[in-house]
Amino acid sequence: MIEIERLTKAYGGTTVVDEVSFTVERGSITVVVGTSGSGKSTLLRMINRLVEPSAGRVRIDGRDTAKEPAHLLRRRIGYVIQGNGLFPHRTVAQNVATVPRLLGWDETRIAVRVRELLELLQLDPRDYADKFPHQLSGGQQQRVGVARALAAEPAVVLMDEPFGALDPIIRAKAQQDLLEVRRRYGTTVVVVTHDMDEAFRLGDRVAVMSRGRVLQYDRPAALLTRPADPFVTQLTGVADRALRLLSLRRAAEVATASSPSDPPIGNTARVREDASLRDVLSELLWSGSPAAAVVDAEGRTLGWLTVAAILAQARAS
Amino acid sequence: MNRVATGESRSLARPDPLGLALFAVGAVALAGLPFVVFKMNRIVPGVPLDFGAALPSRLAVPCLLVCALSAAAAVAGRSAWLRLVTALGGLAAVAAAAAAAADRLTPPGNLVFRIAPGAGCWLLLACAALLAVDAAMQLRPGPIARVLGLVICLGATGMAFSRGVFDDLSIMREYAVHAHRFAAEALRHLELAFGSLAAAVAFALPLGLMCHRLPSLRAPTLSLLNVVQTIPSIALFGILMAPLAALSAAVPLAAKLGIEGIGAAPAVVALFLYSLLPIVANTALGLQRVSPAAIEAARGMGLTEGQILRGIELPLALPAILAGIRIVLIQNIGLTTIAALIGAGGLGTFVFQGIGQTAIDLVLLGALPTVALAVASGVLLDALIESIDRSRA
Repeated sequence: MIEIERLTKAYGGTTVVDEVSFTVERGSITVVVGTSGSGKSTLLRMINRLVEPSAGRVRIDGRDTAKEPAHLLRRRIGYVIQGNGLFPHRTVAQNVATVPRLLGWDETRIAVRVRELLELLQLDPRDYADKFPHQLSGGQQQRVGVARALAAEPAVVLMDEPFGALDPIIRAKAQQDLLEVRRRYGTTVVVVTHDMDEAFRLGDRVAVMSRGRVLQYDRPAALLTRPADPFVTQLTGVADRALRLLSLRRAAEVATASSPSDPPIGNTARVREDASLRDVLSELLWSGSPAAAVVDAEGRTLGWLTVAAILAQARAS
Repeated sequence: MNRVATGESRSLARPDPLGLALFAVGAVALAGLPFVVFKMNRIVPGVPLDFGAALPSRLAVPCLLVCALSAAAAVAGRSAWLRLVTALGGLAAVAAAAAAAADRLTPPGNLVFRIAPGAGCWLLLACAALLAVDAAMQLRPGPIARVLGLVICLGATGMAFSRGVFDDLSIMREYAVHAHRFAAEALRHLELAFGSLAAAVAFALPLGLMCHRLPSLRAPTLSLLNVVQTIPSIALFGILMAPLAALSAAVPLAAKLGIEGIGAAPAVVALFLYSLLPIVANTALGLQRVSPAAIEAARGMGLTEGQILRGIELPLALPAILAGIRIVLIQNIGLTTIAALIGAGGLGTFVFQGIGQTAIDLVLLGALPTVALAVASGVLLDALIESIDRSRA
């Protein structure tokens, strides 16, 4: 858990981050989103004290971060930056092992951990452990950057525009990886981005920042249905907000157990339980079916979704 | 006249331009320039002898054959290995021919006559050496192969010298006269060049780091060192004589340590000053080129500033720093020759004595080993830089 209290950073007369307070729950992903110059990167860098706060404080699992030397604090916090910042003169395995080495882990434990992380991020250790960063693609480098941040089993990982340099397909994959990491290790993650789609895809909570202040800290759906500020509406967009809302709900949450009164004729669409309502709607429109069967991984039908039921979820209230 | 034949003849007939040029130079050197010069003693002008006059045909013909073979390989040869081997063969054949000519033309027991290699001989050696270097570079040798090649070349040359192959040539006659001092002066040369380099590295690395960390100091520091670099070496040696002499007179400890207005002290100080700019500038540049993202990530992961410098910045700047050291090393080996003028010793001693006595062979006795030292140092440092670059980029 990260508790941020009235955190402020001022350079001379300019206040870059202005009395920001919010709490990040353990094991959740919080996305800080804002335009450039909104202070979101400075806010993130105050959590691991790459920037020293002018006022306010940060507590991680109850411990005040100002009470220990900055470099020791940072070894407990994973850090991923845009362009990954891999060390070009060290191999993939050496890069990943950076923080465990600083912490004095024994070699066996380091080797086991490096192998585990590379496998988790689909980089076969036999092929990639001894490669140098320049021998990898951009997406692979980014995954090594994530593995390096996770190496010392940090409870908290900070990510500053981590996927900004990736093309859309690789970026979607990297976002999936992050969700998988969180599911597997229960890591608390704070991500800074200017990409609203990314914020909606990843965030359990989203903090919208503008001019050093957090305008709204809320669940993604609430940003759409109950925006606290006109700027929030402007940032989330108006044109496709109904579809955005649908993309936040999973099929299994809305499916009804009883089959539709007018059972569909011919081939019924079948969708996975974890598909978003937006994807289900798209599938129904595409196939022309009035309803879809929601199935689990084994193919058992869990319930049904009709176009009407989906559309009801897209309304503002 | 069909197309196939044209294509074939084209690939056969297209000569190597460098090979062709060197062949022309070599042919002129062989036919029109003296191969050796016969002198009644070490300082009088000599009688030029061309290749045919210098050697009996039983020795001249095999040498000519080897030269013709390497010329043919250089002009039309496809394989770089073939060109390399024949060029080295040509080099050896010309050197052996000069040695044989000296042996034949010197009456037994006579130590006054001098047989010096002539312009033709030097040109032929230069052509063969250029061909060998060109062919070797086409093979794109790795760092280890280059060092190995250097060791083999030096070993073969050293063996020829120790066997006395060249003992009758004029330069080796000068060596025989100065043999008691040669090793000491060569060692002195290395001490001056490497000693001043070591001191410069110890001083310039922190200075380069400072220029990188404090950008406001960078321009003034580099400008000052640039000014130092533009002072002619002889002038700098001279400028240093007065203050060092004064220091020696005023501070007894300085005199005890051997610091005087002339000798090694001003030489080392001057070489040290000349060494600073390349190392400082390259260190600052190398550090500046280190990826800011890597440093940001390192700091964000909890490396201390010292760990970042030692583990990230210096290793990544190392190739640039070594490139600066390479410049300085070769520069120092050359400049140390001039330091002999102020009594610092080194191989330059022979050069200046030779100039004073108009004994060109003595000049060469100082100059040729200096060139060999510079070339060998350059090859070794290049190999070192490349082996570091290869291991990462």
